[in-house]
Amino acid sequence: MHELGIVFYIIRDVKAAAEENHVERVSGVVMNIGEVSTIVPEYLTDCWRWAADKETMLKGCELKINIVPAVTFCGDCKKEYETVRYGRTCPYCNSEHTWLLRGNEVEIKEIEVPNT
Amino acid sequence: MMEEVKVIEIKKSVFAENEKDADALRKELKNKGVYLLNLMSSPGSGKTTTLIRTISLLKDKLRIAVMEADIDSNVDAVRIKEATGIQSIQLHTGGMCHLDAEMTRQGLDNLDLSDIDLVVLENVGNLVCPAEFDTGSCRNAMILSVPEGDDKPLKYPLMFSVCDVVVVNKTDVLPYFDFDLEKCRANVRMRNPQARVIPICAKTGEGVDVFADWLLEDVKNWKQNK
Repeated sequence: MHELGIVFYIIRDVKAAAEENHVERVSGVVMNIGEVSTIVPEYLTDCWRWAADKETMLKGCELKINIVPAVTFCGDCKKEYETVRYGRTCPYCNSEHTWLLRGNEVEIKEIEVPNT
Repeated sequence: MMEEVKVIEIKKSVFAENEKDADALRKELKNKGVYLLNLMSSPGSGKTTTLIRTISLLKDKLRIAVMEADIDSNVDAVRIKEATGIQSIQLHTGGMCHLDAEMTRQGLDNLDLSDIDLVVLENVGNLVCPAEFDTGSCRNAMILSVPEGDDKPLKYPLMFSVCDVVVVNKTDVLPYFDFDLEKCRANVRMRNPQARVIPICAKTGEGVDVFADWLLEDVKNWKQNK
């Protein structure tokens, strides 16, 4: 259900971008999805298929997902580490003064349009 | 043969448009002198009961209206109206798990704001999606109830990081649950050092005055710094 809501926002943005670029059909949408963005990629593509096919401009349009690995930065020892593996606590110095550098993205990277 | 494609770069967050809408709405509300509180929580944490208690304490001091957002039904809006007599409307999200700024604006359009100081938006009961979508509110508050556990800030970090106030409800059942109020405070602080934690019991009314006083002060400040 969460993913379906996100799909509606993607459709709105893609349609706006297509209009801006005077494009009538979009054949692909490439997303950057962060590893800890709370989006389940399979649910997103399933919801996309259902909703995009109801839009003339997006019939058959493929949603491609790039996963952005999550990286956390430690404010104490200034090192970076894999968020999913170690969580909030820095594996180097055990500090909890850490924050996410990347991995939270829900971003439309680009759209692909048939070159006619 | 492969279909040739042209690539158009977008590089835009899916939340960007909503954030723009939310900022615009916040500005408009500021000009109108209307304060919007976005109240979030899990289902069953006691949002509506807390609201009824809070409104009873504030309704002689502030002109209040309520928007109840749910996927379906209007039980909450009716309950608020019957218990407090204030303007209360029900918004249906049509299956969506959250409200965004545009839906909030549509809700506000259905209220008579000409003599209103405070609008409380009771968001859909959910700790995930409502945290991702800025509604255009002046402040975010959330209610965490004791049976849910003191570890919720660790499990739903985004919700706790966007909230100005965390109300801990149902303190009357503290003796029956492994809920450590100090641990809860520490967990909230870890996610959001600025958040204020206010323990209450909406059923008995204990502590609700602390929350109501905070809200009253904040609404006054908001209206003064117009």
